[in-house]
Amino acid sequence: MSSERAKRTLTVVENRQLAAGVYDLRLRYRENEAPEQVIPGQFVGVYSRDSGRILPRPISICGWDPKTRTLRLVFRTVGAGTLEFSRCQPGETLDVLGILGNGYDLEKLAGKRVLLLGGGIGAPPLLGLAEAISEKNRALGAGQVTAVLGYRTNDLFLDREFAKAADVVIATDDGSAGFHGNVIEAVRSEKPAFDVICACGPLPMLRGVKALALERDCPCYLSLEERMACGVGACLGCVTKTAKVDGHSHVKNARICTEGPVFEAREVLI
Amino acid sequence: MDKNVHTDMSVSIAGVTFQNPVMTASGTFGSGMEYSDFVDLNRLGAVVTKGVSSVPWEGNPTPRVTEVPGGMLNAIGLQNPGIDVFIERDLAFLKQFDTRVIVNVCGHTVEEYLDVVERLADEKRVDMLEINVSCPNVKQGAIAFGTEADALFDITQRIKKVAKQPVIMKLTPNVTSIAEMAKAAEAGGADGISLINTITGMKIDVEKQKFVLANKTGGLSGPAIHPIAVRMVYEAHQAVQIPIIGMGGIASWQDAAELMLAGATAVAVGAMNFHTPDLTVKVADGLADYAARHGLSKIEDLIGAVQ
Repeated sequence: MSSERAKRTLTVVENRQLAAGVYDLRLRYRENEAPEQVIPGQFVGVYSRDSGRILPRPISICGWDPKTRTLRLVFRTVGAGTLEFSRCQPGETLDVLGILGNGYDLEKLAGKRVLLLGGGIGAPPLLGLAEAISEKNRALGAGQVTAVLGYRTNDLFLDREFAKAADVVIATDDGSAGFHGNVIEAVRSEKPAFDVICACGPLPMLRGVKALALERDCPCYLSLEERMACGVGACLGCVTKTAKVDGHSHVKNARICTEGPVFEAREVLI
Repeated sequence: MDKNVHTDMSVSIAGVTFQNPVMTASGTFGSGMEYSDFVDLNRLGAVVTKGVSSVPWEGNPTPRVTEVPGGMLNAIGLQNPGIDVFIERDLAFLKQFDTRVIVNVCGHTVEEYLDVVERLADEKRVDMLEINVSCPNVKQGAIAFGTEADALFDITQRIKKVAKQPVIMKLTPNVTSIAEMAKAAEAGGADGISLINTITGMKIDVEKQKFVLANKTGGLSGPAIHPIAVRMVYEAHQAVQIPIIGMGGIASWQDAAELMLAGATAVAVGAMNFHTPDLTVKVADGLADYAARHGLSKIEDLIGAVQ
């Protein structure tokens, strides 16, 4: 067991398609190589087996089963690298850099009424979060989780799993399922009660989420993404503008891979 | 060939001895801290730190990086915390390791370079300076010092006057004649040169019909540029007497050996650290095995030995 970041070779145990271009990949660590802890919101870097593709692909962690040492990644195919991962068969291996970044602070969320806002492929890391918060809430006998999940069409994914850990509201851009509109519009329409927001999705959505949090004056944690190279804080490729001077370079540019990917909405200028 | 020969893996540049020729390329390894989970820094010939300027630099807008076949483009813009934080934090961190430290220095003007060089003059932990006159991603100054021979000669001379550590000038490949630039650095009094920095490139997203990088252009690094590095190290080695630190797309010990055969005294691993975080150590081990297999009594016998 190791809490240090490491590059490991993981074995594919399952890979299935959940929706158009969306895959559910389960990868198992070898014995003695499993991470000690995986926090919802953290991510891994998955390497292509093509030597011409040198950089790890940052993919958020959807779930982690310490008993079977199995990591669950739900991702969308966006290029040659993710297309390659989508075709991986059980028994094959993939090299993975991890566990990277800082996840959501569960202590600040447990017992509260938490609103999860997931846009498209931003939903997967929130599933692990919903499950973790629900488990803590059961022990505390307090708290509530509502997940508002936005999709383009009725080609939904993970919605039924969210329903086991949260009250779910579906929103679609084309109105073919659930609320017709985006997740912010769905929140305004459905009016779920909440004390704190956690969101992951495309940048325009996150801007709307931040505005909502400021309007409601509630804490809000955003999971950001950016093109990354090293994934470990060395290259300074994946920065986000911050309200205050960042701890690394002292210039109001925090590294999403290292200080993030989860930030309090007020800390980042998005 | 004697397979049991013990090769002396140390190399020497300007009177500084390195335990082996494998270094990190500036900007790809932070100050070593970020990779210390993956690499025992004591195993490296040197840690070459991320470029540091006299005041903090915020760098370029994002996106700053993108992958291309066999490599990547970056336009970080030398984001760094400035010399004060660098000395307090990064240099202090490196004091716990038994490896050489080469500090990469950047600036917009000669005065800014001199400011950093002077600040480092009495820092005992700094074994050598690498002057970055070749970053393609900084608009003002810097790159001009590396692309005009007269300007390179001038800045080298001025830095040498105030530097207390040996000075390596890091050269850009974005020039017509690398030999001419190498000679200018040598004439200016440089103790060595390092090459190649990245090659200016561009990537366009054809669906969005937009530049992928916010900076439009970025520096190409990775295995794609390795043959260019080999050629340029060879040409520079033919042109000057001062030692060369060779870099550009090293992905294996073979690539490192190639650069040494072309004329490099030491080598630096860059973008491929992102692919294989412990690549530096693998290259050092691979070079040692190779040297033993070829019956070399010292690795320095490899320098420029190509026939």
